[in-house]
Amino acid sequence: MNTVSGLKATGYNFAYLDEQTKRMIRRAILKAIAIPGYQVPFASREMPMPYGWGTGGVQVTASILGKADVLKVIDQGSDDTTNAVSIRKFFEKTAGVRTTTHTGEATIVQTRHRIPERPLRADQILVYQVPIPEPLRYLEPRETETRKMHGLRDYGLMHVKLYEDIARHGHIATTYAYPVEVAGRYVMDPSPIPKFDNPKMDMSPALQLFGAGREKRIYAVPPYTHVRSLDFEDHPFEVQRFSRPCALCGAEDAYLDEILLDDRGQRMFACSDTDYCEERRASGHTGLQGDAA
Amino acid sequence: MSAKPLLDVTGLTKFYGQRLGCEDVSFDLFEGDVLAVVGESGSGKSTLLGLLAGELEPTAGHIDYRQQNDETVELGSLDEGARRALMRTEWGFVRQDPREGLRMAVTAGGNVGERLMAKGDRHYGQIRQRAGDWLEKVEIEAQRIDETPRSFSGGMRQRLQIARNLVTHPRLVLMDEPTSGLDVSVQARLLDLIRGLVTDLGLAVVIVTHDLAVARILSHRIMVMRRGRVIEQGLTDQVLDDPADAYTQLLVASVLAA
Ligand SMILES: Nc1ncnc2c1ncn2[C@@H]1O[C@H](COP(=O)(O)OP(=O)(O)O)[C@@H](O)[C@H]1O
Ligand SMILES: [Mg+2]
Repeated sequence: MNTVSGLKATGYNFAYLDEQTKRMIRRAILKAIAIPGYQVPFASREMPMPYGWGTGGVQVTASILGKADVLKVIDQGSDDTTNAVSIRKFFEKTAGVRTTTHTGEATIVQTRHRIPERPLRADQILVYQVPIPEPLRYLEPRETETRKMHGLRDYGLMHVKLYEDIARHGHIATTYAYPVEVAGRYVMDPSPIPKFDNPKMDMSPALQLFGAGREKRIYAVPPYTHVRSLDFEDHPFEVQRFSRPCALCGAEDAYLDEILLDDRGQRMFACSDTDYCEERRASGHTGLQGDAA
Repeated sequence: MSAKPLLDVTGLTKFYGQRLGCEDVSFDLFEGDVLAVVGESGSGKSTLLGLLAGELEPTAGHIDYRQQNDETVELGSLDEGARRALMRTEWGFVRQDPREGLRMAVTAGGNVGERLMAKGDRHYGQIRQRAGDWLEKVEIEAQRIDETPRSFSGGMRQRLQIARNLVTHPRLVLMDEPTSGLDVSVQARLLDLIRGLVTDLGLAVVIVTHDLAVARILSHRIMVMRRGRVIEQGLTDQVLDDPADAYTQLLVASVLAA
């Protein structure tokens, strides 16, 4: 992202966005918090990075960021993918805030595709990057109609999608972006996190904010709010289970990625949340391949 | 059965700007009644059906509907949520083009199950069972439950649309030219099926058709429309055998001639 590294230390406001834009976005955020799970339209700005790089999340983070904040940015659970590194550098440069890879140290965590394994606290905010905010779009492409469905709490269609899953695959095959009902009212797309992470959203002490840049929507789950994954009585919601613990740190409660070790097809399963894995190893936990770290 | 009508339509009028859709349409419909609305293209049949379904805003007139709980409501006074709920529990709408009345990307089972899920059913096995029962009732083989209607013939799509509407046991079904565009033999089979279901379930039906033969087979009463106005209505056999209005006489004669 040359545009980001090309930014000079002058000529832009703290955290890049001008104060008027931030106020506009904060108003949208406040409305979103007041109506949990409701998609609030906002005037998304051009950011010096392409859509799909998390411009919605970046605008939300920029609008809530203060000088004393400590920022962590993850992508698929990792702090060092190109996407995570670019966004972290962007805020180091434009806001001069401290950044960290440790979930426990961060006051704001911006994320793409994961919720950290370490439980979040009330003094932390989780900002999600959202590609498609509308959970009903899969079966109803008309925006006028989906808005009406939300307005009337007319959510039968969401279950049609789950019905189709079971009819075609024998079980609810949706494993990412698994739809949830927030505070008993709005149905929400939790962004493409694995459904493994869905239970972490429920009654979380941390504020959760969702930003969709291209689609110009912000939504939120306030702290200590019920978030329920949709399901059928005879096909209840279940999280993925892994048949083995993390090969590096031995964790049995974490979401694992399959990692290729060599070109002969050797593979291992290890924590997708690299910070969680490293902290566990630092405190003495080890898996079968713990020395590989 | 109550002596009061299910549907009481009075002075229903629709202008599209300056253009007349239909004007001053009034009729009663009782439980189990089948009313055919006939007339040539552009006579206002679809407009009338759109008004009844609450999809068009009337310029004048009102529609009183006696609900399951015997309470009568004026449809125009319902908010959209209440109207939608009514439409998918007590009412049904079988559209001329099944692609508009079905979800083409959703399996037959999902299409039939949608209304059940919309009204709150949350047991997959039961929803599937009822969808399967309904497919059987409309003569679609059980093993096609997981196919989408894209692979269905025109007649099958129409039968699926009927199952999708009837699964919640509505009391009133609107049908817009349900048999048009089908081969004659397919039409005959579909008409037979509709007639059987209507009788078995005691449905009240408003069916729009330009085909007097369809009206003759299905309906007890008939309403003849021309240029947006009702020009004659009465018992189907009486009107078709002995039309009072000159235009109706012409319609009947042209059918006989054809
Ligand atoms: N959306 C519309 N806008 C303007 N005029 C319309 C519209 N729909 C129907 N009309 C007019 O209303 C009249 C009745 O049409 P319609 O109800 O479709 O008749 P039918 O179903 O009997 O063919 C026609 O003159 C038609 O051109
Ligand atoms: Mg028509």
